[in-house]
Amino acid sequence: MASSGRLARVFALLGLAFLLGACSLVEIEDAVLTTFEPAGPNAQRIDDLFWMVFWIATGVFAFVVVALIVLVLRFRDREGAKEPKQLHGNAKVEVVWTVIPAIILAAIAVPTVQAVFDLTECDPAAMKVELIGHQWWFEAHYPDYEVDTANVIVIPAGREVCLEMTSEDVIHNFWAPSLHGKRYLVPGQWTQLKMEAYEPGEFWAHCAEFCGLSHSLMRARVLAVAESEFETWVAEQQQPAVLPEEGTQAYDGYQVFVNRGCTQCHAYRVDGEGGSEIPREAFNGPDLTHFASRHVFAGAILPEFGEDRETALARWLADPPSVKPGSFMPNLALSGEEIDDLIAFLEESR
Amino acid sequence: MTATAERPATTIFRRPRSKTGIWSWITTVDHKRIGIMYGYAAFAFFIIGGLEAILLRVQLSQANAEFLTAGAYNALFTMHGTTMIFLFVMPASAAFMNYLLPLLVGARDVAFPRLNALSWWVFFFGAIFLYSTFFFGTSLPPIGPDAIPGNLPDGGGPGSFNWISGSPDGGWFGYQPNAGPFYSPGTAMDYWAGGLQILGLSSLISAVNFIVTTFNMRAKGMRLMRLPVFAWMTTVTAFLLLFSLPIIAVALFMVTIDRQFGSLFFAATAGGDPILWQHLFWLFGHPEVYILILPAMGIVSEVFPVFSRKPLFGYSAVVFAGAAIAFLGFGVWAHHMFASGITPVAQAAFGLATMTIAIPTGIKIFNWLGTMWGGRLRFTTPMLFAIGFIAMFTIGGLSGVTHSIVPSDWQQTDTYYIVAHFHYVIFGGAVFGLFAGLYYWFPKYSGRMLDEKLGKWHFWLQFIGFNLTFAPMHWLGLQGMVRRTWKYAPEMGLEGWNQAVTAGAVIIAISILIFMWNWARSRRRGRVAGMDPWDARTIEWMTPNPTPEHNFSEPLEITKLDHFWHLKYDEDEEGRPRRREDADAMLEHLEDVGNNPREPIHLPSSSFFPFLVGLGVPIIFYGIIYHTSIAGKALIVGGILLILASCVGWGIEPVDEPHYGDHDEEHGEEPVAEEGELVDD
Amino acid sequence: MTDVAHVEPVHEEHESTGVPTLKLGMWIFLSSEFLFFGALISNYLLYSNRAGFEGLYPAEIYDIPFTSVSSFVLLMSSLTMVLAHNALSRGDQHGTRTWLFATAALGAVFLGGQVFEFTEFIVNYGMKLTSNPAASAFYVLTGFHGIHVAIGVFLLLSLWGISHRRGGLSEKSGLNVEMVGLYWHFVDIIWIVIFTVVYLISLPPA
Repeated sequence: MASSGRLARVFALLGLAFLLGACSLVEIEDAVLTTFEPAGPNAQRIDDLFWMVFWIATGVFAFVVVALIVLVLRFRDREGAKEPKQLHGNAKVEVVWTVIPAIILAAIAVPTVQAVFDLTECDPAAMKVELIGHQWWFEAHYPDYEVDTANVIVIPAGREVCLEMTSEDVIHNFWAPSLHGKRYLVPGQWTQLKMEAYEPGEFWAHCAEFCGLSHSLMRARVLAVAESEFETWVAEQQQPAVLPEEGTQAYDGYQVFVNRGCTQCHAYRVDGEGGSEIPREAFNGPDLTHFASRHVFAGAILPEFGEDRETALARWLADPPSVKPGSFMPNLALSGEEIDDLIAFLEESR
Repeated sequence: MTATAERPATTIFRRPRSKTGIWSWITTVDHKRIGIMYGYAAFAFFIIGGLEAILLRVQLSQANAEFLTAGAYNALFTMHGTTMIFLFVMPASAAFMNYLLPLLVGARDVAFPRLNALSWWVFFFGAIFLYSTFFFGTSLPPIGPDAIPGNLPDGGGPGSFNWISGSPDGGWFGYQPNAGPFYSPGTAMDYWAGGLQILGLSSLISAVNFIVTTFNMRAKGMRLMRLPVFAWMTTVTAFLLLFSLPIIAVALFMVTIDRQFGSLFFAATAGGDPILWQHLFWLFGHPEVYILILPAMGIVSEVFPVFSRKPLFGYSAVVFAGAAIAFLGFGVWAHHMFASGITPVAQAAFGLATMTIAIPTGIKIFNWLGTMWGGRLRFTTPMLFAIGFIAMFTIGGLSGVTHSIVPSDWQQTDTYYIVAHFHYVIFGGAVFGLFAGLYYWFPKYSGRMLDEKLGKWHFWLQFIGFNLTFAPMHWLGLQGMVRRTWKYAPEMGLEGWNQAVTAGAVIIAISILIFMWNWARSRRRGRVAGMDPWDARTIEWMTPNPTPEHNFSEPLEITKLDHFWHLKYDEDEEGRPRRREDADAMLEHLEDVGNNPREPIHLPSSSFFPFLVGLGVPIIFYGIIYHTSIAGKALIVGGILLILASCVGWGIEPVDEPHYGDHDEEHGEEPVAEEGELVDD
Repeated sequence: MTDVAHVEPVHEEHESTGVPTLKLGMWIFLSSEFLFFGALISNYLLYSNRAGFEGLYPAEIYDIPFTSVSSFVLLMSSLTMVLAHNALSRGDQHGTRTWLFATAALGAVFLGGQVFEFTEFIVNYGMKLTSNPAASAFYVLTGFHGIHVAIGVFLLLSLWGISHRRGGLSEKSGLNVEMVGLYWHFVDIIWIVIFTVVYLISLPPA
């Protein structure tokens, strides 16, 4: 039988282990998808609610653990202990420990229900951004501006944006933890998510619903920018592409782009060409007209940490399925020269 | 045993009569043997599921690791979840429920012994069917819009173990349309749907059996409110199964017909509703989690009184709380769907309903604490696991309460915070409870005691390993680690604690090895238990250890709750127990008459037919998967014929043969069964 | 010394509730089946009037008069089932056999009607399992009901077959006939719900 001293020491050790673990929360700046650094009013409201409930829950847990420790130490079998009185129960005590939890829960329920309603529906005046889920990237379409982009969702800081979301294939889930909780993207249906950042900044997002082979490689960035910057960005995105000059490597890249079939899946809007009339739904891959204006690509997983952009692009173009298993972008067995040309072309598509 | 073989005219096969050897196990209808088979099978799958988890943990111990291919990873987490829930915890609970329920109500067997054997064989063949995917299953890249297929490099992409990727890989929850015909082509998810269907059938049959047993097979004087709590929890669990399994059966039929026959239930492009799948799945799935935990709660409700030497505090409250949890459990399913786009009104309603379940759960926990209060606590291994259960389940329950805070759940859902929650309640709760039961009832099964010292090593290592594995997952989730994630990037800051988690998993594995060593050694060389090794309170301890085939030799007449305790102890003026002078003599008598019954005892006879019917079920499902071929069609027809023919044979066969299974050579009674009996059980 | 009660052979029928064990078992099983059909019916109701599907909705092509007749046939089979059980409890072996067979035959006629109806839908109207979600829901619901009827017919014919043995069906078999009867009435009740909700009440989208 364990002595009381040993048991107490074990519990103390475990408690310490837990505390140390909790202290790892201090490493927040290294965790780009943390929920503990709210950067917008929706996430802030959730954060406040969470901490309130967390401390109440911790209190309840402490009560149970202290009770267990007291019971274990006080009533353990000792030499000469008397047989215990055969108590069967106590109605009063039953009522107490039924009613008190009920009261605590009722107290928590009120702010919870309020927050559900406050945090769900968009402000009708908010700018709409359509978010369309694909295996395995997020498409962002701005209906007010006819802008179509991917992986990087640019929004103006300091005001609410309304994400209207659906999916082209399976259920996905958009989660930008610094800004709000997550919401499904369901094929055949539309869901809504309020999005607002206090200040300009870059916020990671991740797909949070298992969506197949490359689910863990489906991310996005929400880029909140100052109002004037947002207007500039919109204007740039609305411009059609400027084709590279003949004789440049970028022009060779453009030839590869057209001749190797990339335009079957990727829109590239060039002024005056009939192809601009093809609706965006007909394309299975992201619109690449302004590819180089986005600092991440391939579902916002490339370039990897510490990798430079050209290397990442080369790796991707050489064999997309080996970077993202299941990828609908095939391995076209491009030669090294074709890849270099393509990179030159894409990097000019600002 | 009878010396002469009378071949009764009513059977098709000669009824098997041997008590030993493999045929005796194949044809047994003895609830204890069935429970034992469930137990060993469940444990084998615990090991397999654990190995699957270890592989997952190796992959996750490093950022951007490529130990497993993405396909292998997806198959492993799907099979880990499916195995642990349907092939480990549920059959492990079934092992206890089968072995103990008749003993706890004071009966010789369950209401329908052959049906009980059928449950087991359907389970057994269903498990084989599901795991045969490792050999036969295929999983192809998804077919996207415009029928363009995804691409996989040779070998499945970066990583190893790609041979695993033919197994079900759509998640244990099979969300549509991802797990449907377009996005999970191949046979893997058909094996998943068929396997779950078969396993569900097994549990449904058991549920009917247990409910009827509890209501109709009780000994004289065993009123419902005198039943041991484990018997109550078994019955409540059976009702949960009874009403939740049909819903998942419908859902699985819908997905199977979508995948095999082109129906459009979940095809979003044709107007099908993917969220419908989730509603149906969770209408089953939420009661399922109470199915997982209530038996273990029943077990600890038996363990605490014995090792506190006091009755269970608030018996009625504990029983009613269990029933309340089950009832409320049918009304909260959409709390798994708070982020799915259901309306705010629905979210608020389900959030509130979920909060209410904390109340009966708290009632149970406080009553267990109340049992320990004022007791004389003995920290045997079962008691350690029971205490560990309280602490771990409280953590899991409280994190569950945080999920009911709907907007906070929008952050928590689909992250490792949820993984932490359910492992705390299922592993820290149910599995700790099951181990408490194993150590407690091992003497009944084997006649010997498990070693206490090894038991304590097992407990403490498992406790430490468990917490090291799953506690960090709370903050990993809130730091952004999403579920079902094959790889994570270094910038996500998740690597350090993931390594701690992997280390914890290894410690758990070591603790289980210690347990296995304890079990193997104690079976042969453990201390002989004798009669009543724990000085227990309930009537299953009124038989010798190991339990004789016939359970009780003498008819029981129950006078109060904890009947056995009251046969041994009176109470003095202060209400403290005082051992009766004739207690030891009574125990000796029970042991003697238990091993040598004075009168012939008539037992239900063994039968081949449950085995045969059970065999037919997966044959049909193999046929459905391959139905486009002649072989597949033949399998469907063959399976149906086998089942029908076996059912007819079963129906014609009497429940028992005269002079069969008698414990004694004397035959004084008339044959009980009559000719022309159709379906007597 | 605790009195050792007189030992009795312990194989008497246990009936702590007073209800025969077999009957209790069948009731418990049937309560589960209610949920099975409840889920299928809910599923149908969800899709039956959801706008936007291609092809015909089931509610657009029902032949209510025809289905009314086959429903009536099934209802009558419940009557013959009661008569069969009644005959057995009176010891009328010949009557039992007749009414059992009649029940099975009426069930088979109902099934024939279902086959005819499905064939009409598929061949003449082109509404198949694969046409749209409402059609899928309709076929799966009525198809599973049909399977239950077929199993019932099998049970009835088995009873009928066994009743030809020397001595016929014993009084103890009364419980078995009653059990099959319970199952058969359940299948009938489910059909009444389906007929009302699916055929009579449900409408296609406006």
